[in-house]
Amino acid sequence: MRFLAFIAVIITGALLIYATVDMPNWGDPNSPANIHVSPRYIEKTIEETATPNAVTSVVADYRGYDTMGETTVIFTAGIVCILLLRRHKNDRQT
Amino acid sequence: MEFIIGKFNYWVYIILMMIGFYAMIAKSNLVKKLVGMNIFQTAIILFFISIGSKKGVTIPIIQEGAGDAVNQAVNSARYMNPLPHVLMLTAIVVMVSTFGVALALIIMIFRKYKTLEEDEILESLRSGEEN
Amino acid sequence: MIGRLDNVVIQTVCRLLIPPIQLFALYVIAHGHYSPGGGFQGGCILGASFILMVIAYDIKEAKRMMSEKVNTILSSLGVIIYSGIGVVCLILSANYLDYGILNKILPVTIAEARALGIFGVEVGVGITVMAVMVSIFLNLASGGEHGETEE
Repeated sequence: MRFLAFIAVIITGALLIYATVDMPNWGDPNSPANIHVSPRYIEKTIEETATPNAVTSVVADYRGYDTMGETTVIFTAGIVCILLLRRHKNDRQT
Repeated sequence: MEFIIGKFNYWVYIILMMIGFYAMIAKSNLVKKLVGMNIFQTAIILFFISIGSKKGVTIPIIQEGAGDAVNQAVNSARYMNPLPHVLMLTAIVVMVSTFGVALALIIMIFRKYKTLEEDEILESLRSGEEN
Repeated sequence: MIGRLDNVVIQTVCRLLIPPIQLFALYVIAHGHYSPGGGFQGGCILGASFILMVIAYDIKEAKRMMSEKVNTILSSLGVIIYSGIGVVCLILSANYLDYGILNKILPVTIAEARALGIFGVEVGVGITVMAVMVSIFLNLASGGEHGETEE
């Protein structure tokens, strides 16, 4: 069982490393992730939101709807932990 | 040689991901599987953060906002990409939430079957079906 | 499940350290505009200060201070603050979560209104994260007896 798991992990790792040949180099300023919409956020964050921290202005203003969904996710996790671990009075262990 | 320097960060994070993946499928204790899932998620978060770095840049807090460089034009090539950091904030919160719910489920499994080994739980499930 | 730890050194050091840790957490939430920080980071530090109190003292002290009712009220209060700011922007005839319209009721410019909106939602997120961190820890550490009142 462990030998089969090891073979599966080696094959998956080899496929993933083979897929990184086409990806952009580390630290490339012209990769598609760095020229799409991030320069617009960095250049306009002071004049539109008066916030020098670009990460806070993106997470709370430009992408504020996603942060609302994430707050709902952590609220749901807290409620689920309360509900799953309740005990009823008749099967409490002595 | 340039090929290795340009890609070795992806290889390191893929090795970390595979360590977590092996722990998830090969260990038989439920808590060890959960630790493997945590390693896997951490490796994915680090992989995304490494995509957003550029050569010779500083953190994305704009220095033209306050101090002696006020009201100058902002050059976006001096700052690193803020977008992967934003997406990974959400990913870290989701990681903590799934870890908390998974631990609560493990406590419930322990209350019912009195063990945390996967093969003993499967045996008691099969003998419970045949009865 | 966590017993009482009667060590004088740990109790004294924790009693000295917990208020500065909470003050630092509020500093991190409030300075999210100018330095690394924000709602999630400050909320986690604030939750960690309550968990430190459980490690130093008995778990019953923490349950007395943050009972289950207080935790559920605080965690929903954060989500209500976030959605409430969005609904206020809707009432003032702008898009949902479009903070620029808040300069009609506050005497600031449009950019500063957006900065105030960002600060409001970060406070809401910090309250929710703090309450959920403490609630998950107390539930897992006491095995589900967090909600039971003392008889």
